[in-house]
Amino acid sequence: MSATDTLQTSTPQRDGTDAADLPVFATEKTVLGVGVSTWPKIIAPMIVGILALAGWEFAVWWNKVPHFVLPGPLLIGQTLITDWGTLSGSLWITLKITFAALIAAVTVGVALAILFTQSKWLELSLFPYAVILQVTPVVAIAPLIIIWVGDINTSLLICAWLVAFFPILSNTIMGLNSADHNLRNLFEMYGATRWQTLRYLRLPAALPYFLSGLKISGGLALIGAVVAEFVAGSGGTASGLAYRILESGYQLRIPRMFAALVMVSVTGIAIFLATSWVSHMLLRRWHESAVKREN
Amino acid sequence: MNAPVLSRQIPKPLVALRGISKQFSNGTLAVRNVNLDIPAGEFLSLLGPSGCGKSTLLRMLAGLGAPSAGTIEWPTMDYDASGQPMRDLGFVFQDPTLMPWATALKNVMMPLTLKNVSKAEAEERSVEALKMVGLAGFEKAYPRELSGGMKMRVSIARAIVTRPKILLMDEPFAALDEITRHKLNNDLLELWSAGGFTAVFVTHSVFESVYLSQRIVVMAARPGRIMADISVDAPYPRNEQFRTSADYAAWCRVASEKLKEAIGS
Repeated sequence: MSATDTLQTSTPQRDGTDAADLPVFATEKTVLGVGVSTWPKIIAPMIVGILALAGWEFAVWWNKVPHFVLPGPLLIGQTLITDWGTLSGSLWITLKITFAALIAAVTVGVALAILFTQSKWLELSLFPYAVILQVTPVVAIAPLIIIWVGDINTSLLICAWLVAFFPILSNTIMGLNSADHNLRNLFEMYGATRWQTLRYLRLPAALPYFLSGLKISGGLALIGAVVAEFVAGSGGTASGLAYRILESGYQLRIPRMFAALVMVSVTGIAIFLATSWVSHMLLRRWHESAVKREN
Repeated sequence: MNAPVLSRQIPKPLVALRGISKQFSNGTLAVRNVNLDIPAGEFLSLLGPSGCGKSTLLRMLAGLGAPSAGTIEWPTMDYDASGQPMRDLGFVFQDPTLMPWATALKNVMMPLTLKNVSKAEAEERSVEALKMVGLAGFEKAYPRELSGGMKMRVSIARAIVTRPKILLMDEPFAALDEITRHKLNNDLLELWSAGGFTAVFVTHSVFESVYLSQRIVVMAARPGRIMADISVDAPYPRNEQFRTSADYAAWCRVASEKLKEAIGS
């Protein structure tokens, strides 16, 4: 008996095979606050971009292409500065519509997703209509919405929202249903209420899915806002970036058209980077998609 | 050495299964007419080939899916207004089944949070439970930062943090390497002898069931039914010496023969 007594002590023996081992965290060297492995991802596309712009500028100059056909990047940059007053006002309007639409898409998308996963009947009866809203081209219904709603900004907001909300809805539904079945069993065993299961299990499980929906919807909200404004702009009533593009086209001020186009693209890239960053920050500790492989 | 087949007549078992059958909706008869009494404090293994209904039986004990026929009685537990027993149990799945977004501590705290235990108390008890499974200092680690064995320890800590009367385990160590499995077997026996809970351990390993249990219930497949009830009378504490002893080999032989009969039938 005494020979085996040692095994009954409260601290188990460790032979270094398992729990005694500390997890290994790799730390990376940084230059200017950016990881060494990240720099090539910044530098390589930058070099390609600079070469392409230089080639463009050279081709325009060499072939003496007139400005109203194709302006060079330098002229576009110049126009961006000289016309900043008009363009920034339009940018602000487009941004406001885009973000309002995105916020509405997130709110309605997540709320509907939660409702749908709580009640099978609600999902069965309403989901087909969400699909119909999604598959109907926004260009086709934008004129109707503009006529019905009257107020131009509200119409644009509704159009952008229509385009943006579906990825959030369908991704969040999938995420809410993706919680591990045995974890759900466990919650059931411990007598968890519906609310507890939603709060502690289904919503966290849905987060990665929601975030990938958000990344898609961020871009779509901008596209929706721009496309709807093109429709509205042909009536001459809007003032966002899309309207500037149309206006400049009519007036053959092609450098300004390109400047507005650059602003739309930069806005889209900024939205993508912002949503990607939010996603990375929220998932970096636990989700496979955000975690670096260590091999 | 011959295994005496037990006919237990203990006044109040912790749980009594009476004529349990389970038929799935596709017509498969997973379990047929199982009668089993589990006394409080016992370490019991359900041993059988895959498809013998041992996991199904365990899940029914946990209240996941009602039996198609028969009753499961918990004579010493309270029943709620709707006549459901308020099962006081912990469950360990074959996979660690941890929430990847939560730290080890938050994972262990979850059962207490669901039972509305105050945060301070839940935290204190969870730290204690992690310490009991040998994971002191790993409170803030996320599951992906832990090895397979360590994840299983977190899963066990979560199962015992509510100090349950019965711990149900569904092949918990089947996916682990042998060295880790042996260590976790020893730690589990330590927890059991210190913790005062009843253990029901589902396994397909003869060696594991003999090493751990006081009693092995051997099951056969298609349909799942009890073939033998072996009582392993070796004393505790059991350790690596027991694993190499002639006694252990003899018990393994007995259990293997019963299992062979169960598969052959």
